[in-house]
Amino acid sequence: MKYLKQFLIIIAVSFLGEVLHYFIPLPVPASIYGMILLFAGLASGLIPLAAVRETGMFLVEIMLVTILPLMAGLIDTWEIVKDSWLKYLAITFITTFIVMVAVGKVVQLTMKKSAGKEEGDA
Amino acid sequence: MLNDIVTGSVFFGAFLTVGSYSLALALKKRFGHPIFNPMLIAVLLTVGFLLLFRIPYQTYYEGARYISYLVTPATVSLAIPLYEQLEALKKNYKAILAGIVTGVMSSLLSVLALALIFGLDHKEYVTFLPKSVTSAIGMGISAELGGYSAITVVVIILTGIIGNLFAQPVLRFFKITDPVAVGVALGSSSHAVGTAKAMEIGPVEGAMSSLSITVSGLLTVAGAMIFRNFI
Repeated sequence: MKYLKQFLIIIAVSFLGEVLHYFIPLPVPASIYGMILLFAGLASGLIPLAAVRETGMFLVEIMLVTILPLMAGLIDTWEIVKDSWLKYLAITFITTFIVMVAVGKVVQLTMKKSAGKEEGDA
Repeated sequence: MLNDIVTGSVFFGAFLTVGSYSLALALKKRFGHPIFNPMLIAVLLTVGFLLLFRIPYQTYYEGARYISYLVTPATVSLAIPLYEQLEALKKNYKAILAGIVTGVMSSLLSVLALALIFGLDHKEYVTFLPKSVTSAIGMGISAELGGYSAITVVVIILTGIIGNLFAQPVLRFFKITDPVAVGVALGSSSHAVGTAKAMEIGPVEGAMSSLSITVSGLLTVAGAMIFRNFI
């Protein structure tokens, strides 16, 4: 019964995410609304952690598996990118590295700054 | 002969997918070297098998799509590891928020700059604008703005693969080592595929990465609407 109940809650929240997606005219998928709903449910105590944990962690463990079919689909995309692939590849690489490093640096510097402030307060 | 069996099979695609990933994880565990990136090996095994036995992608996808069906409940479940790291989230919320906003802005700005450098037209430019967010959001934004949404999906997947493969050496090179910083950097730059790497590294990294997907996805929806006017 435990796993069935956990699965039921996660599927129900996924469905609620779809309902929100239907009513809110934004290009935001059901999964993002669902994640916000489940987090709100957990944080408010409405959904106890024990009511979703094992089944949820199983799904998280196989998350990459669920994306794998889409990635394998890259073999069929040559036709649509063949004219400009080098340009596209360069832009994709460069922007990904810029974002990664900029974000990492900003988070680390902000943390250091607020840690310093706390020490100063004490 | 194999093709006949496989065509019309529901479980072949699912078996190849789960099998490739399990084998990739076993290889990683056995050898430990970072070259055995589970995602990369799993993709190569799957694609290699299809090419070797001349099985069309469509045939494979007939079964594999039932595995893909679980992507929504799996993403929803990311709220669980995130909730378990609520303390780290509360403690560092300023830095996390600053990082996510930086991620959205640097993604949109760097696409704009490179679009100017490479001389992309408007349609190509808006195709790249949502490249850092999860594919369902990015595809929607691209379609909304009149981009080539099929190319957006390719670019988003590639972005995820690049993040997953190169995050550790790149972040180490720039001395970004704090678990919160690593997590936000992965989620902001390379969405769910980057988050899978963050989960591999550690629970704090995974949780921060999950949070970044959601917040930066929502901010990018707004940001792309503004940036669409620049080219």
